[in-house]
Amino acid sequence: MSVFINKDTKVIVQGITGSTALFHTKQMLEYGTKIVGGTSPGKGGQEVEGVPVFNTVEEAVKQTGANASVIYVPAPFAADAIMEAVDAELDLVICITEHIPVLDMVKVKRYMEGKKTRLIGPNCPGVITPGECKIGIMPGYIHTKGHVGVVSRSGTLTYEAVHQLSQAGIGQSTAVGIGGDPVNGTNFIDVLKAFNEDPETYAVIMIGEIGGTAEEEAAEWIKANMTKPVVGFIGGQTAPPGKRMGHAGAIISGGKGTAAEKIKKMNECGIKVADTPSVIGETLISVLKEKGLYEKCKTH
Amino acid sequence: MNIHEYQGKEILRKYGVTVPNGKVAFSVEEAVEAAKELGTDVVVVKAQIHAGGRGKAGGVKVAKSLEEVREYASELLGKTLVTHQTGPEGKEVKRLLIEEGCDIKKEYYVGFVVDRATSRVVLMASEEGGTEIEEVAAKTPEKIFKEYIDPAVGLQPFQARRIAFNINIPKELVGQAVKFMLGLYQVFVEKDCSIAEINPLVVTGDGKVMALDAKLNFDSNALYRQKDVLEYRDLDEENPKEIEASKYDLSYIALDGNIGCMVNGAGLAMATMDIIKYYGGEPANFLDVGGGATAEKVTEAFKIILSDENVKGIFVNIFGGIMKCDVIAQGVVEATKQVGLTIPLVVRLEGTNVELGKKILEESGLNITSAESMADGAQKIVSLVK
Repeated sequence: MSVFINKDTKVIVQGITGSTALFHTKQMLEYGTKIVGGTSPGKGGQEVEGVPVFNTVEEAVKQTGANASVIYVPAPFAADAIMEAVDAELDLVICITEHIPVLDMVKVKRYMEGKKTRLIGPNCPGVITPGECKIGIMPGYIHTKGHVGVVSRSGTLTYEAVHQLSQAGIGQSTAVGIGGDPVNGTNFIDVLKAFNEDPETYAVIMIGEIGGTAEEEAAEWIKANMTKPVVGFIGGQTAPPGKRMGHAGAIISGGKGTAAEKIKKMNECGIKVADTPSVIGETLISVLKEKGLYEKCKTH
Repeated sequence: MNIHEYQGKEILRKYGVTVPNGKVAFSVEEAVEAAKELGTDVVVVKAQIHAGGRGKAGGVKVAKSLEEVREYASELLGKTLVTHQTGPEGKEVKRLLIEEGCDIKKEYYVGFVVDRATSRVVLMASEEGGTEIEEVAAKTPEKIFKEYIDPAVGLQPFQARRIAFNINIPKELVGQAVKFMLGLYQVFVEKDCSIAEINPLVVTGDGKVMALDAKLNFDSNALYRQKDVLEYRDLDEENPKEIEASKYDLSYIALDGNIGCMVNGAGLAMATMDIIKYYGGEPANFLDVGGGATAEKVTEAFKIILSDENVKGIFVNIFGGIMKCDVIAQGVVEATKQVGLTIPLVVRLEGTNVELGKKILEESGLNITSAESMADGAQKIVSLVK
């Protein structure tokens, strides 16, 4: 088991003929992801990497039976692409595109109300269930199949944490990048809920960063509902206020959204927070040992 | 992106949002000329810099004659203002807003921002105008009123009216206040603002509702469709190294320390600053070279880091996912040769093609210290710059 995606997930790639999309389509196919089609308006009927291209998402879904999509289209057209996927009633849409205007995302969120689709991202590395399905841009080979769920606002920090786990012989159930934008489709709590309900996930790593209060809200939710241990890390402890640190959502404004506040709240809610990014894996292992879960999580 | 108050007021005027009459001046003569044109008894001379707290720092002067306008304009132009938002180095005043004085009866606060938790634009207002809204939120949160806006229909008059009554706008002026808020909302959505804050909004003795100050910030991701806003950009207000970095699509932010950082990914870049600090060092910058860095980009990144004279050492921290370590290593070697590196350089490579990358660094014959992990790298660079 896993969350959101597994070996049966059938994926279409929106914007498949772009160079980034092509590169990653190849990588995903090599990993074993079932890429069943792609879209590129006006290029329907072509084939790339052995995958059929369609003009619209609706047509692609009808022809292939896809239940998920991944979006690589440029930022000015990304909101439209998300809505097209939602309209086609896909279960899951993962938007990799960064730099989407925030007011576009406000409209997208409104459009999605009452619809069945789950959106992950934008501005995220994607989702991977090791050994089964990789949707996004993360390097597949650093992951190993196992029982630790990872959820993060940052791509490279997720790789860092996953790498530490794999090196220590601790596999992952699913790693979910929720993205670094202020308005996104899926938040920490959505992913934590899914991990909590997934019988194959025994513990969770949650990686946050400065800006907003999503980590604080997640910490409260964990305290009230989570039955599995959660270990955390917050990036940006030394970030100056009022400066956007790369991610659109990573900014301390009006004294709110500091790492110190988030860490304090997480500690209060029983979440052990790693002091440095180098010890995220170690911190998790110490908690696994404490809870008697270490042997169950060890994969080799 | 930020703009000046007078530019914000120009935009507001176009949307029918009432602002005092005023004009920008770049010299003392222009300031006096602008005051003459206004012809009011009282004229306000306001320093234009991209920072709040100008009033408290002495950047806003009330002049009662043309002589006083001349006096204040000469005093302010070229002066370095230090406010709580400028940092200790302050900002030099190069532009002034010459504005008619008005008879203020009461000050209010009105602002729009995007609320992350609800994914909606929210209108916030308070009758505690003139003070920082964060201060009001901390001390008297019950005095802040909010309306969440459905993007499908936009701000509705009933919402603006409810706000106006809640913050006790005199009832004969509620209609004006509603028009003001609806206009400001149009500015917010049509111009892709990230903040549109009027503090204070004032009610005047002659029965007007107007914006005495205007702070408009814009979503940098939307500037591609806001050409007219982009023309308001004032490069004097930005860090030259940050401007240079943006040309190469590098995300760079200058800091006060002495250890230059080059990292891929925003999260890892922040965490790298944190770990340097954890081991007793001070980062000189945040720098994310992005996912698709080329040898050329790495070279430019190096040049920018080294143009900061405080930098006494560099820490390169790369987790190669899609970006291959050998490409980064080649970039580092190339850059080092081009710029003639004389300070310590610690490189930590991990991920795709890591062995190849390490080999390139070793065989280059350059004085590069390699690190086994992020913690190892941070400790090494901290001890090398001491």
